[in-house]
Amino acid sequence: MEALVSVAIGILCGSGLWLLLRPRTFQVIVGLALLSYAVNLFIFCMGRLVIGRAPIIGTDGVADPAAFADPVPQALVLTAIVIGFATTALLLVVLLAARGLTGTDHVDGRESG
Amino acid sequence: MSPWLRHLPVVPIVLPLLAAATILLLTERARLLRVTVACASILGQLAASVMLLALTTEAFPDIWPQGVGAYAIGAWPAPFGIVLAIDRLTGLMLVLTSVIGLAACVNSLAWWDRVGPHFHTLLQLLLMGVNGAFLTGDLFNLFVFFEILLAASYGLLLHGSNAQRVKSALHYIVVNLLGALLFLVGVSLIYGVTGTLNMADLPGRAAALSGADRALFDTAAAILGVAFLTKAGCWPLNFWLPGTYAAASAPAAAAFAILTKVGIYALLRLGSLIGSADALAHAEGSALLRPELFRGGMYYLGIATMGFGIVGTLAAQQLSRLVGYSMIVSSGLLLTVMGLDHPPLLAPALFYLVGSVLATSAFFMLTGMTERAWRTPVEAQATPDAPAAAGGYIPFGVRRAPAPHAPDDEVGVAIPAAMAFMGLAFAFCVLLVTGSPPLSGFVAKFAILSSAIQAAQGATWASAEWLLVFVTIAAGLASLVALTRIGMRLFWSVIGRNTPRLRVLEAGPVAILILICIALTVAAGPAMGFLEDTAASLRAPRIYIETVLATREAR
Repeated sequence: MEALVSVAIGILCGSGLWLLLRPRTFQVIVGLALLSYAVNLFIFCMGRLVIGRAPIIGTDGVADPAAFADPVPQALVLTAIVIGFATTALLLVVLLAARGLTGTDHVDGRESG
Repeated sequence: MSPWLRHLPVVPIVLPLLAAATILLLTERARLLRVTVACASILGQLAASVMLLALTTEAFPDIWPQGVGAYAIGAWPAPFGIVLAIDRLTGLMLVLTSVIGLAACVNSLAWWDRVGPHFHTLLQLLLMGVNGAFLTGDLFNLFVFFEILLAASYGLLLHGSNAQRVKSALHYIVVNLLGALLFLVGVSLIYGVTGTLNMADLPGRAAALSGADRALFDTAAAILGVAFLTKAGCWPLNFWLPGTYAAASAPAAAAFAILTKVGIYALLRLGSLIGSADALAHAEGSALLRPELFRGGMYYLGIATMGFGIVGTLAAQQLSRLVGYSMIVSSGLLLTVMGLDHPPLLAPALFYLVGSVLATSAFFMLTGMTERAWRTPVEAQATPDAPAAAGGYIPFGVRRAPAPHAPDDEVGVAIPAAMAFMGLAFAFCVLLVTGSPPLSGFVAKFAILSSAIQAAQGATWASAEWLLVFVTIAAGLASLVALTRIGMRLFWSVIGRNTPRLRVLEAGPVAILILICIALTVAAGPAMGFLEDTAASLRAPRIYIETVLATREAR
């Protein structure tokens, strides 16, 4: 499972980086979205990959930590998703404004060459 | 300690948040009320910051005897809850932020805050993010505050949007989103290896690591460092900086003057804490990390940043871009000094940091005034961006109705001899930014150079120190040449110039910031003494760590 997840993160990251270096604003924003998926998966994995364990300890008192998933990365990834979502939405508006003001979707606001 | 005083550390975060929400609820027409709320909030932050700074000094020995205070949010003890920690460096940066914020806010009242909606809300949120980034003692919380200040800065940059602003905002947002992703990778990797996010808990856990875990921790620290260096404007991650700061409106750029220093602060703080982990690991004989490698890297990056700044300064044709490049030079100098890692160099570097933030902020506001002076009315009507300057401009061909009481250069109290004021302020700003005698920039640079030369005399082979001396002097010379050239063109040529009517609101903040710099020059001795204490506490982070972790017992 570890290998599968690492390969998935690697593919997301690689595609994201490639798109980020493209000249069109839409490609850049899709690249950023892919990169943020990769990073979110990475944060999630930092809590170790486990199956079938809850991140919440019951009310009955002290329990064996090994039987539970680490809740902190799950909380972190939620925060990261929300923040990333909001800033990407803002970037999308700026992208549209740039398209409207400059008349091109090149990242520099003018066609190269 | 009285219960009210105990909650003081959280005030610089809560106050701007409440003010931002309040301003958002008031209608645009209640301008006086909005402005009052905004100014009152910043004044309150200033008072709270000054008080916090006073509490960390010897003036009140019975409250925080060690000079470090910790505040557990929601009374959740460290390292599980989020703590705010305050020492002298934090207090100093908080005061600096409030001063810059107040200057930018008052400066915007002349006309910039009416160019588009929500200027004051965004400025309050920016201040909240900056204050929070200085105060927090938790790595992930640091990320959240970074995002808050960045989101607010995107809005401020786009304030009064025109093609230039939107274009540079696109680059700025993409670069900073990428920086945020790097930050997240670094933070989560650190959590995965050490199992803690508390900055005070980190050194102890990191020192206990060995083998592959230690290597992973070093990687995480390096990735985090790249994110901070991007914020600090380090070469080669700073190509966005001059264009962005030149495109922003004058008060927004003045407020942005503190942003690069947030990156420098994060590097100083985490460098101090992780450096103590090295000391611990060395004591146990299991050190894998070679701090001299990282520091050496920072030194050369700093030198390269200064070199890039020098070239940019000489090439810039526009005053606002030139100020942006001088900001890069100041970041480069600070990084170089931090990389050199000589104890006596740290206090002068902090002095330089304070002076350069005040000077660049004043300079950006002055730039806004000069730009208005050299745009003749005919030119302003002819350029397509004219509506943006007059009443806001929205793409897609829809034009917003002009704001009520559309700002007009002719309205308001005119300062007699506006040109004389601008010329004088320009001369002072040049002296401050280039580090020429007799103002605070010179004191700071002189202290840095003399400490470096002293250190060089003790060593047998001191090429690093001499290179620092050489590049610092070259940077001062280059910016002096470039600024004199632009100053002659601006103030001595009469072609295409119309003498603007300055308003007291616009000119006052510039004058006040310059006066603070002059006061800093006069009181250089006591200020340097305080900063030496600050530097000493940064070099001995044990007290910081113990105070923060003591919130465990003091519930």
